[in-house]
Amino acid sequence: MSSYTRSHLKQLESEAIFVIREVAAQFTQPVLLFSGGKDSIVMSHLAQRAFFPGKMPFPLLHIDTGHNFPETLAFRDKLIDKLNLELIVRYVQDSIDQGRVVEEKGHDPSRNGLQTATLLDAMAEFKFEAALGGARRDEEKARAKERFFSHRDAFSQWDPKNQRPELWGLYNGRKQAQEHFRVFPLSNWTEMDIWQYIRMEEIDIPNLYFAHEREILIREGMIMATFRGIITPLPSEKTEQRQVRFRTIGDISCTGAVESAAATLDDVIQEVASARVTERGGRADDKRSEAAMEDRKKQGYF
Amino acid sequence: MLIEPTTNPKVTYSADGYLAMDLLRFTTAGSVDDGKSTLIGRLLYDTKSIFEDQLEAVERASRQRGDVYVDLALLTDGLRAEREQGITIDVAYRYFATPKRKFIIADTPGHIQYTRNMVTGASTAELAIVLIDARKGVLTQSKRHGFLASLLHIPHILVAVNKMDLVDYDQATYERIVAEYTEFASKLSINDLTFIPISALNGDNVVNKSDRTPWYDGPTLLHHLENVNVGASRNLVDFRFPVQMVIRPHQDFRGFAGQIASGSITPGEEVIVLPSGKNSTVQAIVTASGDLPEAAAGDSVILTLSDEIDISRGDMIVRKHNLPQVGNQLECIICWMDEEPMNLKGSYILQHTTHQVRAFINEINYRIDVDTLHRETVKTLQLNEIGRVKITTTQSLFFDPYQLNRSTGSFILIDPTTNATVAAGMIRRRARGLDEVVPQQPQRQASSNVVWESSQLTRGARERQNGHDAAVLWFTGLSGSGKSTVARQLEKRLFDMGSHTFYLDGDNIRHGLNGDLGFSDQDRKENIRRVAEVARLAFEHGNLTLCTFISPFAADRASTRSLLPEGRFIEIYVKCDLEVVKRRDPKGLYAKALRGEIKEFTGISSPYEAPVNPEILVETDVQSVEEIVDLIIEELVRRGLIQL
Ligand SMILES: Nc1nc2c(ncn2[C@@H]2O[C@H](COP(=O)(O)OP(=O)(O)O)[C@@H](O)[C@H]2O)c(=O)[nH]1
Repeated sequence: MSSYTRSHLKQLESEAIFVIREVAAQFTQPVLLFSGGKDSIVMSHLAQRAFFPGKMPFPLLHIDTGHNFPETLAFRDKLIDKLNLELIVRYVQDSIDQGRVVEEKGHDPSRNGLQTATLLDAMAEFKFEAALGGARRDEEKARAKERFFSHRDAFSQWDPKNQRPELWGLYNGRKQAQEHFRVFPLSNWTEMDIWQYIRMEEIDIPNLYFAHEREILIREGMIMATFRGIITPLPSEKTEQRQVRFRTIGDISCTGAVESAAATLDDVIQEVASARVTERGGRADDKRSEAAMEDRKKQGYF
Repeated sequence: MLIEPTTNPKVTYSADGYLAMDLLRFTTAGSVDDGKSTLIGRLLYDTKSIFEDQLEAVERASRQRGDVYVDLALLTDGLRAEREQGITIDVAYRYFATPKRKFIIADTPGHIQYTRNMVTGASTAELAIVLIDARKGVLTQSKRHGFLASLLHIPHILVAVNKMDLVDYDQATYERIVAEYTEFASKLSINDLTFIPISALNGDNVVNKSDRTPWYDGPTLLHHLENVNVGASRNLVDFRFPVQMVIRPHQDFRGFAGQIASGSITPGEEVIVLPSGKNSTVQAIVTASGDLPEAAAGDSVILTLSDEIDISRGDMIVRKHNLPQVGNQLECIICWMDEEPMNLKGSYILQHTTHQVRAFINEINYRIDVDTLHRETVKTLQLNEIGRVKITTTQSLFFDPYQLNRSTGSFILIDPTTNATVAAGMIRRRARGLDEVVPQQPQRQASSNVVWESSQLTRGARERQNGHDAAVLWFTGLSGSGKSTVARQLEKRLFDMGSHTFYLDGDNIRHGLNGDLGFSDQDRKENIRRVAEVARLAFEHGNLTLCTFISPFAADRASTRSLLPEGRFIEIYVKCDLEVVKRRDPKGLYAKALRGEIKEFTGISSPYEAPVNPEILVETDVQSVEEIVDLIIEELVRRGLIQL
């Protein structure tokens, strides 16, 4: 009965689709958080599949920090167009202008921490009950215990001690009026699974993920793309042209590049297979403290 | 530095090879300090699943704590609160892969909230690693881990006897642990038990075979993980499709989305929708990459049916000739997971497949002491306690016993006020009312003027002389399900044990005694009536009487049962999926029946009423004949009918 055995990738896909559908069935107002990175592109693809031939029954929400790569935004708009999806964008700049948050001090401040407030405001504005995200457990130690259905209290706080046990495939999405859930259908995927799935399904991804020439500088040991007003060279920093690519795509201010010649998906996969640092190794925000991620999660970061 | 890679396999990823990899989910259990974190760290490290920045972080943390060596255990321990207390308090999931397989580890902590976490981790696991410290031997906790693994029905258990380096790799120490644990495990229902002597710290027999244990010729731990049969816990027989949601993009399309809980399905098959009971046929299995010719357990698909039927979330689509059980009174084992103890007066929400209903806990039969396995009478269940309870739901559920089907036999209880998940449950069976337990005695026809002539020699006398009790072992099941194969093997075993046996076989009886009967419902009934009478004569003569008859009707089997004293009629349901027997078709009968050449053929053109609560259930499409015979012998011993 070999026809009944399924590859692990197919099993992960079925699991993710099941979870996405549970969200659509258990909540009246879900939303899919879209960052433009490969995980959220894979999420959109899976959500597309989950309801085929029907349409994805919820919108996408992008929290724009103003520090996005232009390629990310162009790719996002093309994708929305192609798949005929509904996109909501909310801007961190607006939160700053309204005095909800204050820009960090110092040279080239990151807005990564600020987006939490914008996100929570958007959740409240649209009364979203569940936000689907593309986070994976293998990304970071603090995520290893994260649930598929992650409960957030009325203040959007994540209490590690108050998470519901998840058994078999039974997900409990019951909640009080003010509470909401973050849901992570890709929990069991690894970075390699994502790449392999992109290859298997022939999913389009931004060119930033492939090797290209660009102006960079080295800051705190990381290769950063230079951008006026976001990554601005200090007098002591020298810029140079290098062939690089990105393993994750977040804000320009905190996404490190890697030197690479990987021009195709197969090259990228080969590189991922022999990589000696995690993909988050290139993210400045995590380096700050060992428990950085945990702290941000408690505040409602996705 | 403590960590030294035992290998540095150069993993080259053939991207296509990756697509062929399968998946093993396993759980790890051990008492504190048995070396669980070290073992996981070792597996991650030796399979190159640890990156340099992670290693650096661990080295930094070790230095900060003042450790003189790098503690591999730190690789796997997550939240700050836990790091500060130096313990792990929640299930954590880890990932690694070899070119052959991807692994998901549910890493369950050693002590606090142990039961709750182990049950959670075990619920999706296909294998459990139980760690035993070679110096300490089999502890109460080691037994508890084995018990929980068997309770949750994990098909494979691997006992890793760790810290062999601290007992000089002594074979005798290892053998003693193996013997003691094997003895204990025989009391549980564990299908596959494997032992491996290891040193997680030094890497002996973890990834590479150790030359310090020349006396051990089994596989390494990783080799075992890579080669153990996956999917053993998937039920591929009973098609169950809990509907998640209805997909209706436009007038012309109406599909039912869900993940197949068990079994498989192909387009064209006849199905029934529960609870409405409406019939239809599967029109297509729809996915975004095209329609599928077949889908099986675990697949997320969309089914379309050829008839317009009103179906909504929580309904279940099943095959016409393979129905789940139905009931709103359930006997269950539950594990309590909330700080707030179980409330017998309150109501809960029970989530089963995609269905939520109100539920009440009517009574607690007993609590199981997970260390001694003793049953205790209690008034309630507290956090981390396991017990057997009776539950009533406001709507009927469609389920299978957990033993046979993890997906449709499991549920959670939710507190309606806090919305917390408070318990995990496994359904044993439908709770039975007294009227079902004590069946009505059907009227027996007796020819006039005939009195039952009792022989001088009583059955009791014969039984004493034979050294075993008499009984009727009634094998029922579809044609080709393997009744005779099993019965013949069993009879041989019983004979070799010196038992007195008598064998009545359906085909043989129809050649002679019942040669005048056909296959109409009436004739089938008469066939069984005669056989039952013969079986009873053989029984009264002290024989273990084996009868192999399709006997499709529950009423006929019940009337046979009523001829015999309580406990002496052993109904053995030889279960095999209709699709499988059709494929087997040893006598070519199904082919004929499907061509219409045989009328009233059970399973094709005549119904088979599956036993609801047989004394013994065996599945020939998943168990071997040897296993089945062992299982029946064990059950006969357990019932005190025979002795080994
Ligand atoms: N000598 C020896 N020590 C070990 C072995 N495995 C683990 N240890 C040590 O036992 C202690 C507890 O191990 P740890 O993995 O933290 O145990 P856990 O509580 O089960 O996770 C640590 O000091 C380990 O270094 C082994 O195979 N041999």
